Amino acid sequence: MTSEPTAKLALRGVRKSFGTNEVCRGIDLDVAEGQMVCLIGASGSGKSTLLRCINLLEPIDDGAIHLDGVDIAEPGLDPQPIRQRIGIVFQSYNLFPHMTAAENVMLAPHRVHGRSKSDLKTPVTDLFERFGLGGHREHYPDQLSGGQQQRVAIIRALAMEPEIMLFDEITSALDPELVAEVLDVLRQLHRDGMTMILATHEMGFARELADKVCFLDGGHILEEGSPSELFSNPKQDRTKAFLSRVL
Amino acid sequence: MADTSLPQTPASESASAAPTRREAYEARLRRRSIAVAAVSSVGVLAFILFLVPLAPGWNAVQRSFFNGDIFARTFPGLINAFLLNVAIFAWCAPIIAFLGLAIALCRDVRAPILFPLRMFGAAYTDVFRGVPVILVIYLIGFGVPGLGLPRPWNSPYIWGSLALVLVYSAYVAEVFRSGIESIHESQRAAAASLGLSGSDTMRFVVLPQAIRNVVPANMNLFIALQKDVALLSFIGPVEIFRQAGVYKSLFANFTPYVGAALIFLAITIPATRYADYLLHRQARRRT
Repeated sequence: MTSEPTAKLALRGVRKSFGTNEVCRGIDLDVAEGQMVCLIGASGSGKSTLLRCINLLEPIDDGAIHLDGVDIAEPGLDPQPIRQRIGIVFQSYNLFPHMTAAENVMLAPHRVHGRSKSDLKTPVTDLFERFGLGGHREHYPDQLSGGQQQRVAIIRALAMEPEIMLFDEITSALDPELVAEVLDVLRQLHRDGMTMILATHEMGFARELADKVCFLDGGHILEEGSPSELFSNPKQDRTKAFLSRVL
Repeated sequence: MADTSLPQTPASESASAAPTRREAYEARLRRRSIAVAAVSSVGVLAFILFLVPLAPGWNAVQRSFFNGDIFARTFPGLINAFLLNVAIFAWCAPIIAFLGLAIALCRDVRAPILFPLRMFGAAYTDVFRGVPVILVIYLIGFGVPGLGLPRPWNSPYIWGSLALVLVYSAYVAEVFRSGIESIHESQRAAAASLGLSGSDTMRFVVLPQAIRNVVPANMNLFIALQKDVALLSFIGPVEIFRQAGVYKSLFANFTPYVGAALIFLAITIPATRYADYLLHRQARRRT
């Protein structure tokens, strides 16, 4: 019995296996417009896989992913136009090393949306300025720090003007002193009303900003709720055990 | 270069201070290796310079292979003939690079309708890497003109070059393909997540990196091509190897072959060193 979901993004019974390893075992999740949802859980609990499934980088085995009420996981659907509406930022940045920061950002809007490079110059410059990278547009990724690279990766995803942004442990590869500058960007995006899902180990950040926190364990969302509920008063033993390890 | 200069930096900083125990030990080791290398090199050189000429046939060999007079008389002609090798190389190389890339891309297509292209790419590389170059040159170089084509279509230059192009494209294609496969999946994922099409991903994200990664490997292939141009001599063109053969018959002396070898080395050694340098630099960048 599937009631018509009204959320911006609604996952229903999402399943995904790699061979015999079932990573997602029926995941239900609702994300409302402008919400920030944080996925927490141990490594291998399926956070990254779930994000890659939402972005259609991994085809799901069963279930549905509704974006504005339309199932985007329908087999045979062209994933390209959907990916343009859902941006993703990876833990390892995945910038294109042979392009400058600005070229990284402009490639997709230019090729996919067919916007000319001169048209893009102003909005792209604005994005760089907004996230404190005004002086780094012409730098190559290997000339930038990890935090700067990750911010360029965020700008690259934002330049496609997505409706939802997915962040896959984007601060996990960063030195501790660089984490703050990336989290600041997320704070700013949240304020601007971006709908976002984060897989994260930054519990402090999740507690501060998330509208909803989901604890993933063994391929299920074992427990979800507001950060104050989940962090202060977890109901499940496994959630308690996990939180006591990481807090 | 870098690793020898590294241990010296602390030494130069503390130039006034006495060397540490480790520095003294390493300096001793270094002096010892230099001494051993020097003695061993002098020994081998002495063996060649003093003992080989003692061989009973040395005078005959010297007359027929290392004849200074004949070397001087034939060398300019050899250089002239080598220009033909350079020309053949110069028109083959860009065609090979282009065709090699095209074949590599054939083998990467995913659309089912293009499956024949994929099959063709695989068959092409299998066939032309599996046959000796000289055999392809003979088959095409003698076979096609045998069709009785009018001038200039019976020229051994055309068909000999085609044979080189066919064989070397197969090798270059494999190198390009390994380059394409060396690009990490995460780059394709990033491109896909931005909504880029498969062909745009290949063209703007994968290929520019792949081509750059395989420059050293391709350079080695092109050095081999420069040498293999000499094989065309078997079907007619008077390039350096054949010219050396003409001189050999004229003077009844093998010195022109030595001259030809020297000319090849003058090109191939610097090129090989350069390719090695590029490879080395690349290996260092990856770590």
